[in-house]
Amino acid sequence: MLVISAGTLLCGAVYLPWHLHAAPDPLPRHILPQPEAGGVVVGLCDGKTSIEVPWLKPGQRMTEEQARGVSNALMAKWREQHPDAQWQMTQVQTNPRQGQAGAPVGPQAGQGEVYERLTPREQMIADAETAKFIEEGKEIFHDPGKLGGTIGVSCDMCHPDAANTHPETYPKFQTQLQRVALLRDMINWCIENPVKGKPLSPDDPRLRALEAYIVAQRNGTALAYGKH
Amino acid sequence: MTGRYKSVETKYMEARDRMLRALRGLDRRTFFKVSAASAGAALAKGLVPPHSFQLVEVANAAVDKNWPQTGMQGKPPFTFAYISDTHLYTKKLNERFVRGALKAVEDVNALDPQPDFVLFGGDLAQLGRKDEMRLGAEILKEVKAPIKIMVGEHDWFLDMGETWQELFGPPNYSFDWKGVHVVTLMSVYEKDFWTDRHMSPDARMHTVAGLDNGLQSRFEVGDAGREWLKNDLSKVSTDTPLLVFSHSPLYKYYRPWNFWTEDADQAQEILKPYKAVTVIHGHTHQMLFNRIGNISFYGMLSTAWPWPYAPQGLPPLTIQMDRADPFDQFDACGNGRMNVADGGLVDAVYSLWDRNPVTITQRYLASNGAEDRPPAPRLLSY
Repeated sequence: MLVISAGTLLCGAVYLPWHLHAAPDPLPRHILPQPEAGGVVVGLCDGKTSIEVPWLKPGQRMTEEQARGVSNALMAKWREQHPDAQWQMTQVQTNPRQGQAGAPVGPQAGQGEVYERLTPREQMIADAETAKFIEEGKEIFHDPGKLGGTIGVSCDMCHPDAANTHPETYPKFQTQLQRVALLRDMINWCIENPVKGKPLSPDDPRLRALEAYIVAQRNGTALAYGKH
Repeated sequence: MTGRYKSVETKYMEARDRMLRALRGLDRRTFFKVSAASAGAALAKGLVPPHSFQLVEVANAAVDKNWPQTGMQGKPPFTFAYISDTHLYTKKLNERFVRGALKAVEDVNALDPQPDFVLFGGDLAQLGRKDEMRLGAEILKEVKAPIKIMVGEHDWFLDMGETWQELFGPPNYSFDWKGVHVVTLMSVYEKDFWTDRHMSPDARMHTVAGLDNGLQSRFEVGDAGREWLKNDLSKVSTDTPLLVFSHSPLYKYYRPWNFWTEDADQAQEILKPYKAVTVIHGHTHQMLFNRIGNISFYGMLSTAWPWPYAPQGLPPLTIQMDRADPFDQFDACGNGRMNVADGGLVDAVYSLWDRNPVTITQRYLASNGAEDRPPAPRLLSY
């Protein structure tokens, strides 16, 4: 049992390259130890550090104050186990890499086992898997059949090299839809209307791969959400 | 809607129709009177041309004055319309592209006065199939004016032009029209990329049909085509205005998408001695203009879908059309009309469906954009 706390430090995106594959494999989960004192075990996002909150019964909610106390306790335990690591510094150093998936990461002193430290082999896998995923998207983008289209129309017919898809401008309010649209909403609009297929569910591997291809074509473009 | 309450638009259109009806059969002197009156009316309303429909004398302009660019005596002007890039699948598979083509035929048939002829700009079919092309031929039969047809790569690479030539004859031909020499040039040959890859005709066609497909070769007129052009022009004096129809732009715009003719420079060289040359091309599905030396280039709209502007190489004289609205399946599609004035140069009217038409005058291109600049678009391509 895993309880998601309100503590901000517990936010738990896990990075492992094979998650990016288009096939809908179930995502791996952290396995936490069983509670020993009848409470609830809460884990840190490293997948290793955990503590048991003995007074918290399964299904019970913590107050914000209690949750903050638990996250502080978790973080204190992590610091105890990694006396030389500098968490703040890591944050600063990883930020400049945003938007540069696939950029090589050298070993950084004093970071222990924190987020996003990849070995050269892991980096190679990450690059290859990302490229493969984008390639899958490209194939679907160019194939009326794979898109589920019924009239022989594919995305590339109006958007060669995904031109004029401007993924960097989403989210934005789309008057015609009377709602704030994400890129995937527009992809689905195109699949349903000009392509005359069935809209894809948000976790459909084809939609995910299409998003990957479209975004990859705009690498380096500044985000400008809301732009028309 | 009842007759009693009319919208502003209805009243406007009725007034416009009344005036246009009254214009028929006017002599030259009366024309000027009506023209002045309409200008006065526009002024009184606080409208400044070209925002209102002030009359401009087109039809009477030409008869006997010298054309400054060429120094030639006036030739009777004429008009032709175009329909281009219909990309037809069979009706059973895709009804929308058929509707686009039919809409264009209706448009050109409604032109009054009728154009001297209608140019079809190539890519009649989507995948070069017999049934697609037969459907296209059937639709084009409905055009009232005589039709001049050009070939596109989508018509060619399934059976290397066999069906197309059976239906429409040789892809290179020329004719003289009211003092203008008109050439239709096959510009979408490609060097063999398929034999070594053991591609079936179908695979070859699909490869050519994709714009962002790096496998195929670049378009070219080819040695034989350029020889044919030289030979054809050998009988034409350099004072004669030339009107050249090619499917691909006869210049180099963007290579990765084949918005490009590989031997364009050599083809332009052949056209260089002529004083007034206009090239009208299809393939790019967008408002596109260029001027190279003595040659003015105009791209045609498609009836099937618009292409975005390429990320590089856009000719600086091009005034872009507004980015297409993805919620309107016919937006940024259309057809058009070309008014050939004395001297053989061309004013092009882009009849964008669901939008105001845009006119690109010969003066705009001949002055390298200094005069007659049309309004800039509101929404650029990303």
